[in-house]
Amino acid sequence: MRRFLISSVLLIALTSIIYSCQDAGKIKQDVYYVNGRDLYIKHCQNCHGANGEGLGILAPPLTDTLFLKMNKQKLACFIKNGIKDTIVVNGQKYEGTMPAFPELYDIDIAQLLVYISNSFGNKQGMYTPEQVSGDLKGCK
Amino acid sequence: MKLQLSTSLSFLTAAVIFISSCQDGKKLPILGPRAAETVKNADGSTSIDTVYKTIPAFSFLNQDSVAITNDKFKDKIYIADFFFTSCSTICPTMHRNMKEIFEKYKDNPEVMYLSHTIDFKYDTPSVLKKYAQKLGVDDGRWQFVHGSKDSVYKIAENDYLVAVIEDSTAKDGYIHQGWLVLIDKQKRIRGAYDGTDTKQVAQLMKDIPVLLAEDKK
Repeated sequence: MRRFLISSVLLIALTSIIYSCQDAGKIKQDVYYVNGRDLYIKHCQNCHGANGEGLGILAPPLTDTLFLKMNKQKLACFIKNGIKDTIVVNGQKYEGTMPAFPELYDIDIAQLLVYISNSFGNKQGMYTPEQVSGDLKGCK
Repeated sequence: MKLQLSTSLSFLTAAVIFISSCQDGKKLPILGPRAAETVKNADGSTSIDTVYKTIPAFSFLNQDSVAITNDKFKDKIYIADFFFTSCSTICPTMHRNMKEIFEKYKDNPEVMYLSHTIDFKYDTPSVLKKYAQKLGVDDGRWQFVHGSKDSVYKIAENDYLVAVIEDSTAKDGYIHQGWLVLIDKQKRIRGAYDGTDTKQVAQLMKDIPVLLAEDKK
């Protein structure tokens, strides 16, 4: 009986260690997501809306998963430097400019991107600050 | 017997107060400073009348480069605000909320909207036209107007009681309050609601039918 108890406790401990290891990445992503939501409310929601729905043809929606995927390397540049060119989102042309947010750090941008690309019907996983700083070097 | 009478009397008074307070609750307050003025009656006697603050005559260029005056809002109630097209802070939220009201009263020509730009340098009528089209509200019920700095800032501060300031240290160059000001058919201010606050905008939506009903009596 005693042996059974000890072995079952050990087994539970072992599984929980493995389980938490596997989930460390997920936990980090969740932390980024929650922080990203605060940043989104502060910097983005005015124009893009609480549900990423955009505002008329003034501000595009953030629900175009394909756009986010195709422009993955440019997203950090869009936030940091703003947008002056015409872009096409959900088949609609958007001609206005998006303001730049030079005050945001790489980690802020990473958290924002995790929030946006995993909300509003998007599901694109993690962005790291390293990815962001790499992407920012490639900005036009 | 005496006790019974006084009880029923107090019940009656309570009922009267209750009913009259209900009716009062259906009227919006008249805001802004007011003055007492002596007026002459038809029979030659004089009496004191209350004069409420009203929006004075104005003339601004709208998004179609047409000069519009108070006449545009004759027999209408309207919601006025101050914004600028390149504003990235509170204006999009204000106009998102205002657009919701705009859509809700789509079939009521008695309700209009008047947005003044405070960016007198950049927001020319053609810029306002583009903005109105992009917001999806360019059907004439929502007027976007441009005027000289002096005329717009003066009417904001003195008449609609909204603070607007040109400030080069602010992110977009201007600071302003996000009030949506409700004006009745007599050009009086009947409400001011924070256009960025969903609760206050919901209150505005509730108050519009109250104001419309008032004129029907």
